[in-house]
Amino acid sequence: MIFAEDLTKQFDDFTAVDGINLNVPQGNVLVLLGPNGAGKTTTVRMLTSILRPSRGTAQVAGYDVVKQASQVRSVVGVLTEQHGLYGRMDADEYLDFFGQLYGLEKDQSRKRSHDLLERFGLAVDRKKRLSTYSKGMRQKLSLARALLHQPPVLLLDEPTSAMDPESSRMVRDAISGLRSADRTIILCTHNLAEAEELADQVAIIRKGKVIRWGLLASLKQELLGPTEFEAQLSTHVDGWMGQLPEGVQLTSREQNRLRFRIFNPQTTNPILLRKLLEDQLNVVSFQEVPHNLENAYIEAVRLAMQAEKED
Amino acid sequence: MHKILQKIRPVMVITRREVRDQLRDWRIIIPVLFLTIFFPYLMNFTAQQMLDFVSQYGASVIGERLVPFLLMIVGFFPISVSLVIALETFVGEKERGSIEPLLNTPLEDWQLYLGKLLSSVVPPLVASYLGMTVYLAGLAIKNVPLPEFPMLAQIFALTTVQAVVMVSGAVVVSSQATSVRATNLLASFIVIPVAFLIQGESVVMFWGNYDSLWWVVAGLVILTFLLMRVGLAHFQREELLGREIDVLNIKWMWRTFWQAFVGGAQNVWSWFRQVMSEGVKELRFSIAAMTVIGAVGIWLGTSLVKPFYFSLGDAPLENLQGRLDLLTELFPIFGIGPVLMIWWQNVRVMILAMILGVFSIGVLGTLPLFASMGVAGYLGGLLTAQGLPLSTYLLFLLPHGVIEIPAVIIGSAAVLQMGLVQATPNADKTVGEVWLMSLAKWLRVMLGVVIPLLLIAAAVEAWVTPLVLKSLV
Repeated sequence: MIFAEDLTKQFDDFTAVDGINLNVPQGNVLVLLGPNGAGKTTTVRMLTSILRPSRGTAQVAGYDVVKQASQVRSVVGVLTEQHGLYGRMDADEYLDFFGQLYGLEKDQSRKRSHDLLERFGLAVDRKKRLSTYSKGMRQKLSLARALLHQPPVLLLDEPTSAMDPESSRMVRDAISGLRSADRTIILCTHNLAEAEELADQVAIIRKGKVIRWGLLASLKQELLGPTEFEAQLSTHVDGWMGQLPEGVQLTSREQNRLRFRIFNPQTTNPILLRKLLEDQLNVVSFQEVPHNLENAYIEAVRLAMQAEKED
Repeated sequence: MHKILQKIRPVMVITRREVRDQLRDWRIIIPVLFLTIFFPYLMNFTAQQMLDFVSQYGASVIGERLVPFLLMIVGFFPISVSLVIALETFVGEKERGSIEPLLNTPLEDWQLYLGKLLSSVVPPLVASYLGMTVYLAGLAIKNVPLPEFPMLAQIFALTTVQAVVMVSGAVVVSSQATSVRATNLLASFIVIPVAFLIQGESVVMFWGNYDSLWWVVAGLVILTFLLMRVGLAHFQREELLGREIDVLNIKWMWRTFWQAFVGGAQNVWSWFRQVMSEGVKELRFSIAAMTVIGAVGIWLGTSLVKPFYFSLGDAPLENLQGRLDLLTELFPIFGIGPVLMIWWQNVRVMILAMILGVFSIGVLGTLPLFASMGVAGYLGGLLTAQGLPLSTYLLFLLPHGVIEIPAVIIGSAAVLQMGLVQATPNADKTVGEVWLMSLAKWLRVMLGVVIPLLLIAAAVEAWVTPLVLKSLV
């Protein structure tokens, strides 16, 4: 659905995006993760045919972003960091305006506006001037605008940036509800919790380059190693030096907590548990410690910096 | 037809939204209402007072000419609002962050551009028409004789084209600038020429030379199309979002200018060859156009001999030999002073053509050649009509003219080319970039071809032409 090869954008002497490759199948959510200035927005703008790539190619829903710019824009819904609403309009007028620009018939546009406003909880405020809307409401209305022409591709550029927690939750929930088998989404963010909640795939961008890219789970495994499990005990473990089964590493030990890296949990976990009980350790709980995207991200950046140094 | 309407529809959608937005903004509505309703009454009062005053001294002609002049002023004030609206049309949306959703729609560039342009011009123009109607109604109520219909049509047409010219210029500025502050600073490039224009029109009106105003209308219509063309030719979605601040980047300006000036040449000789071949070849269309314009100038000059004929008596033929002797004394052979004087005069004319061309997208740059050819044609016609043989007249012109005229044609063509390049679609380059490059190319042709040719022509004119005349006449 979205394909980019060697996508590059140069502004005078500055390379904002440097040879990015992307392949996002239909129905997937790709999160572009990176700090401010990493090149996320520039990538999105190239995918919406606003910026012309300096090098490389990209296709969105089968349309070339350079040669078929108008078609690309008609199949893409874009939500930008700045909501860009017209303060003197109300929600109905605003959506009606964009509906007409996307070539929708008046009745069709009205029906969709009505449904979207209902869906995002804005129906009650539809006749209020947009200048009176809160940040969360504005962003939800922008999301409604992006969905008005029912695009198969959604590009969401830092939709919750600079928002208070309540508003960003509001918008995140709305985005979460947009997942569907026939809609492809690219979400740019530097909010790791948001990325973790919404992503199928993650691409970590640094200085205009994709330094890591893959499915969320496999990316974590690749960067942080095998899954870890933690045993919570009712007694202290001081001095315990039990023999660990093969494929198990003890990664940390606290007074009443042991953490293990386990390469094959399916077969090894029952053996380990039996061993702990045999060693008279009173196990209260034994559970997986989820890999944190934040740690994976930090590890990816660390590796990238190391590679840069070596270069 | 259906297809055209489909294409126009988004333009009207943009225009409607913007107009509605303006009508909701009290900062636009209140001044426009004032200028539409109260200002015309003030002008009615002024007109009445002036008419009464000047009629006491039998100078009723001043009063009669004041009435249409005030009508023009009543019409002009509301359209000045259009400048403010147009200046912020793109860049204002950029600053408010609302431009990106608009750029993300499947709108084509021209649709967006035209929609914005119309929305800036229509409300102030409607206000202007209303104001003029109120003014005329006031005059009618007070039994002041109204201007005749052709003059009314002329003033309405002038007001309309002035509004469209201002808006077209302002939209170009707005689509190229990076902030509202920058557009406000650049507004003087529109306000000052329009102020001069209004002053010129006022003089013409008081002079009573109303037919000349139709030429102004025609000129402004051409300028409007050129400005729209320039604006669209360099309209870039990318630039609207890309640049954030204006910095006077002298280094970049110099690099852009120098690259275009040098054109990749390795040394002076290869640069010269490049200018002579590619530089002049690039101008072939403009050279052809300037040749035609020059020929039209000659034709017009000769055709004006009849209506503007005056007798020179025996002067043209009297003591021709003696005069030529005097000329050769004044311009001694190998005397450098007269050569430089003639050369500098011609170079100045070429610089004037360039300055005129810069302010008119090349159009007015054609005037010096056109006028010179016109004068040459008129003089030729007048002198031959009074007994000077055409061959003698041509001997005065041709020895140096065969070099000077092509040089001036090429120099004027380089100015015309500056305008053509500005109006040629090139979304990869900004107006400023293209302007710098075309200035560099003009200078290339001037230094490489025109100025050396003018120097040779000046030498021939000072040293050879009088001798040839002396020996043959």
